[in-house]
Amino acid sequence: MERLTGATHTGERGDSHNRTAYRFIIVSLPPFQTLVDAHWRDVARLAHALAGPNLGDDVAQQAWTQALAAYPRLTSARNLRGWLLTITHRCAMDAHRAARRTVAHEDPASLTAAPTVDGPVAHDDGLWARVAALPDRQREAVVLKYVADLDHRGIATALDTTPAMSRRLVSDALATLRLDREELR
Amino acid sequence: MNASPITAVFDDFAPAILPPVLPESDVSYAVEDTAVGRLLLAVRADGRLVTSAYVADSDTEDAWLQRLSDHVSPRVLRHTRPLDTARRELAAYLSGKATTFSVPVDLVLASDFQRSVLDGLRARVGYGASTTYGELAAAIDRPRASRAVGTALGGNPLCVFVPCHRVLPAGGSVVGGVRNVGGYAGGPAAKEYLLTLEAGSSGGSRR
Repeated sequence: MERLTGATHTGERGDSHNRTAYRFIIVSLPPFQTLVDAHWRDVARLAHALAGPNLGDDVAQQAWTQALAAYPRLTSARNLRGWLLTITHRCAMDAHRAARRTVAHEDPASLTAAPTVDGPVAHDDGLWARVAALPDRQREAVVLKYVADLDHRGIATALDTTPAMSRRLVSDALATLRLDREELR
Repeated sequence: MNASPITAVFDDFAPAILPPVLPESDVSYAVEDTAVGRLLLAVRADGRLVTSAYVADSDTEDAWLQRLSDHVSPRVLRHTRPLDTARRELAAYLSGKATTFSVPVDLVLASDFQRSVLDGLRARVGYGASTTYGELAAAIDRPRASRAVGTALGGNPLCVFVPCHRVLPAGGSVVGGVRNVGGYAGGPAAKEYLLTLEAGSSGGSRR
């Protein structure tokens, strides 16, 4: 699916009214519909995991709209799934910021508290709540790792950091979660 | 080190999700089952039809979508509504109720030579009429290019709407009781069907 035609300058003839309009294709991108069909579940899962069930749908929808708008300008057809998940992550962070701006700011603690993610109604011993209580970066990293199934390089791209830092964040998050579990016993 | 209890929760995490609803974009397409076969129809945002191609299997479909992505715009989305006019006209034509198409076409997927051949064909050969590859080659001032004309018609991106089925081999011989109608993207049976339909003789019963 992800075919790369290198620098084959396939000139488009433009429409019949305007024969002079040439668009030079550097990358051969698959039709957008194949991306939607292949990855909409992953994007929706990630959006729900990062933004919670209330905002998840909106975030996924927004991510697809942004991806569609930016798609023709892409310069590489490699790892389109990672590209989509990165956009989804960014949209989720925007949603969190917007939510924080709209809450009542009388309570200064609400500004520093981690955004609450309403977990699924699962028999998880409250694990989801503890994931939500993790520091922002750790929560994002652990969700990208285990919900979006990204590797450390993908997480690093999404979080704009290094793979080593991503490894560190995930490992710290897992350590915290494990510690919480020990305390519970 | 045992991380499985943590990941297991994420595996169970399957909220009710729905595919995204995207607006109609640069190219909208739909695959239509017709009397002559499975046709992929695609229009541009301005309503001009760019593709009407026989897609017997999903590989052929993917290849046409990739062509649209490369040569028109990668924003190719499945939407039925923009194709309503084309689908209605196609249905009317295939049931013998209409003889012409009013939906505007765009030969952006055709080469320059192909475009001259297909434009010549549209201008000269009307409903129910037919011509030969040689005659069409002569008509567009390329009398020696009948084979090239055949190839150009074979790659017609707008089957049925640009009537390449009205071009027949010069011999017109009958082999084993079957008229030799020449090659066709949708198969000789589809070509025969369209010719019979246009001849007006019990349109459709020959298939």
